[in-house]
Amino acid sequence: MSPLSSTGETQALASDHLREGIIDRLRSEIGDALVDSHLVPGRDVWVRVRTDAWRTAGIALRDRLGMDYFCFLSAIDWMPSPFGKGEDDPTAEPAERDDTIRQGYTGGETRFQLLARVVSSSQHIGVNIKADVPDSMVMESWLPVYAGANWHEREAWEMFGISFAGHPDLRNMYLPTDFEGHPMRKDFPLLARIVKPWPGIADVEPMPGGGDDEEGGE
Amino acid sequence: MTMTDERRQLSYIAAQAADARVNVELETEGMTLNIGPQHPATHGTLRIIARLDGEQVVWAEPSAGYMHRGYEKLTEVRTFPQVTALINRIDWLGSFANEVPFILAAEQLMEIEAPPRAQHIRTILFELSRIANVGLFLGDLGVQLGAITPVFLAFRDREYVLNLIEAATGGRFHPNFDRIGGLKDDLPKGWVEDTKAAMHKLRNFCDEMEDLLFGNEIFQSRTRGIGIIPKEVALQYGLSGANLRASGVDWDLRRDQTLPMAWNKADWKVWTHPDGDCFARCWVRLQEVRESTKIVDQLCDSIPSGPVMAKVPRIIKVPEGEAWVSTENPLGEMGYYVVSKGDLGPFRVKIRSASFNNISITPWLLKGVLVPDIITILASLYFILGDIDR
Repeated sequence: MSPLSSTGETQALASDHLREGIIDRLRSEIGDALVDSHLVPGRDVWVRVRTDAWRTAGIALRDRLGMDYFCFLSAIDWMPSPFGKGEDDPTAEPAERDDTIRQGYTGGETRFQLLARVVSSSQHIGVNIKADVPDSMVMESWLPVYAGANWHEREAWEMFGISFAGHPDLRNMYLPTDFEGHPMRKDFPLLARIVKPWPGIADVEPMPGGGDDEEGGE
Repeated sequence: MTMTDERRQLSYIAAQAADARVNVELETEGMTLNIGPQHPATHGTLRIIARLDGEQVVWAEPSAGYMHRGYEKLTEVRTFPQVTALINRIDWLGSFANEVPFILAAEQLMEIEAPPRAQHIRTILFELSRIANVGLFLGDLGVQLGAITPVFLAFRDREYVLNLIEAATGGRFHPNFDRIGGLKDDLPKGWVEDTKAAMHKLRNFCDEMEDLLFGNEIFQSRTRGIGIIPKEVALQYGLSGANLRASGVDWDLRRDQTLPMAWNKADWKVWTHPDGDCFARCWVRLQEVRESTKIVDQLCDSIPSGPVMAKVPRIIKVPEGEAWVSTENPLGEMGYYVVSKGDLGPFRVKIRSASFNNISITPWLLKGVLVPDIITILASLYFILGDIDR
């Protein structure tokens, strides 16, 4: 007998119900600290919690909602990159770019947002949880909630400059110890593109035998 | 307090003091052992710093990052179709499997789905990369425990699978074959028959491995009861794939979520093991290779006809939104959190790779083990360095 006997349709319907239940139960656990939620039926659920409730929400998810599996923790910098795709002509005037910060699902007020995902190993249903990062760039550490958050928080600290109160060991993982700056921030230029501008589409030479050559081509 | 009580108490204190003195005199200075970054057991450049007391590890910490390539940043300056060329190189032994969750996430945002034939072939290639990847693990495992033969067998038999992948995609290691909306090409002529013949050989390879390695007494004594990860700890650290199933968690993303892939069209089994030790992890992987060959066999019999590419615009713009898709890759759960702002390229891609979480448990796991077991435990957790550093 196939372990996949249930059809996709019934599974999707059932999980919608489950995902709505996640939002409701989280609201009853942490009250108005649940700022916003977003549900894509049959696919996924997003919640945003108040900054000061980051750890409380984690504990509620783990203990009350059975989200025992820690998937990942990271951050998003919502500022549009001032460098665009890094394909600018270095000799030309810098391009005008839209620099309004627009957050994604569940909104937000700050440029940086924490993003984590935890999953229930018995129900096989996960939740994406977000929180605004205040200007102080300090968040509560999830280390007491999920031991696996250790390396993920180190990475977020290194790449985005978000520090975590209660994390004992915020050291660089990838970069040299004395590296300055936080590479995943949008205003940190991709140095490879600055040193040697991306050739872009204009530079692609025609293939020998291709294009207007009558013998070759398609 | 009586005289006797007092005397007894004094003698107790004296005995304690004597013990302490002896301990101080016999105490040896701890030693710091540096394994890697260039060591055969590190699959690349993972460095392990271990503080030892005699033969026992008191504290250990892996130091990753010697191969960080900054893929998350690089995706931000690429278009969606270009990203697959990068993410191919995350887990370089199972490259095709890396492409699939990203493509699925982009398709989810664009609200399109690959045609059934493409889904089918995707699943077959996905499972072939699992066989190539985990098959090599089985050989590599032997080498790290001091057995040379398995690695030759593994390299010999992996070649059959790599040839198939090459025949279908044109690339042995980095196919870059998956496209938003389907696949680059259809399968070549005669490929299905070749595949079925190769799967037969691979099943023989599994039997051979089971005899040669898993039945070996030395192998058993080196792996049984070593590096035990309880279920709760495994979940907390986000271990996934065979590492999680070896701790008794019955969870396979191929079975337990709905994705436009063809795993549910085959009859196969998810294996778990209750022990959570090194042996369990290796054993579960061996069974996984077997199941994969079964999946490939069955799917090869039932490939639907039709196109391999859905109708997609020539220039792909992905609508604004966020999507998370993860699949059960050879190393464990591999997922992409894709944020699109409606441009040609992604706004942010968070790459959740399996080995990063799988290896983050080692400081906890290596405490108190003996030095030779460090290598066994690392081998059984099975990581690819590119999958840690990204």
